[in-house]
Amino acid sequence: MSGFDKRVSSYEEALQGLEDGMTLLAGGFGLCGIPENLITEIKRKGTRDLTVVSNNCGVDGFGLGLLLEDRQIRKMIASYVGENALFEKQLLNGDLEVELTPQGNLAERLRAGGAGIPAFFTATGYGTPVAEGKEVRDFNGRPHILEPAITGDFAIVKGWKADTYGNVIYRHTARNFNPLAAMAAKVTVVEVEEIVEPGMLDPDAIHTPGIYVNRLICGTFEKRIEQRTVRS
Amino acid sequence: MALTREQMAQRIAQELEDGFYVNLGIGIPTLVANYVPDDIEVMLQSENGLLGMGQFPTEDEIDADMINAGKQTVTALKGASIMDSADSFAMIRGGHIDLTVLGAFEVDVNGNIASWMIPGKLVKGMGGAMDLVAGAENIIVTMTHASKSGESKLLQECTLPLTGAGCIRRILTDLAYLEIENGAFVLKERAPGVSVDEIVAKTAGELVVPDHVPEMNIPA
Repeated sequence: MSGFDKRVSSYEEALQGLEDGMTLLAGGFGLCGIPENLITEIKRKGTRDLTVVSNNCGVDGFGLGLLLEDRQIRKMIASYVGENALFEKQLLNGDLEVELTPQGNLAERLRAGGAGIPAFFTATGYGTPVAEGKEVRDFNGRPHILEPAITGDFAIVKGWKADTYGNVIYRHTARNFNPLAAMAAKVTVVEVEEIVEPGMLDPDAIHTPGIYVNRLICGTFEKRIEQRTVRS
Repeated sequence: MALTREQMAQRIAQELEDGFYVNLGIGIPTLVANYVPDDIEVMLQSENGLLGMGQFPTEDEIDADMINAGKQTVTALKGASIMDSADSFAMIRGGHIDLTVLGAFEVDVNGNIASWMIPGKLVKGMGGAMDLVAGAENIIVTMTHASKSGESKLLQECTLPLTGAGCIRRILTDLAYLEIENGAFVLKERAPGVSVDEIVAKTAGELVVPDHVPEMNIPA
């Protein structure tokens, strides 16, 4: 019996079925909590014309920035893309399309997508370029705009620990968008630093219940730091 | 004399109250954390998902999994909590943050703010700024009163694409503390040694000047 065992034996197997033109949801904030090895596998696999939903797009040569090198990303939905020279170049050349979304809207749109809520009203972005073409409605005397949920074909997620059933715990601020991406895709692939047997994680401490997780793999991580800041 | 960046942070720190949950933007707002009065406790929220942000780590404490919204390595205070980005923005969008301090390019008399996009220059994104200005009741915008070329940033109407509409009421510049009331800036305080005339000259939007405009209290 292994009906709930989500483990796969290779990164190739973890991303089987990811095809050109699909929508990919990626966890991570900056380089913190990014699914490093799953990104590397997508680069190796050469999948193209991806729509990628992620708060940022990595940096040159690391994280999602790797997928820009062979122009695998057609469209990016993100809140902040400032750390990446190749991104700028492809954007200006017209090789890459970008939809900028307020960070809170991005998080909530993913959560809504995972929770079966097709759209929601929010005050965020009213009166700004983000509101263009969107329905406006007043609630409590204040205008709100209608924001659509986001769902994806695949989610790539970085956790800290998981049990074999795919119950996941994240570590510190590496949690960020990971649980939200995990909820909102048809196929959610999670890579973690450690996989344990069911029963070894406290049920009260689970951040992403295994029902959201389809595939699970254990990896090793570089965990590059974007802004190394220390006090003297 | 116009306030220095540190003095602007000191003045804003006077608005902190014991028990406040506070979100500080990048730049001058970040400096406010250095001037929290000793006799009060505030907790800093970092919108990537940390409530109770501590100081920067020592070399030994550096942890790639613990960063702030500026992607800098940080520590967590005792009593901190960590949440995902949807929960973090629920705090912001749901109006649970007691004070938000952020920078801007322009503010106008109707409380509109522009802080993220200059047409013709590369647009990096708004990050969490639109959520912060739409969600918070108590916001202080901090910026220089005029650009380096002398053009006012306090306008009758913002010229740049907005970050939020009608959401700003309080502004601290290097010259003055102002509030927005009934479609006009109201001059509440001036920086020590700065004349009302200078502030009037550098304010493009409608400005109400009371009979008496006190100087700010900036500790030496």
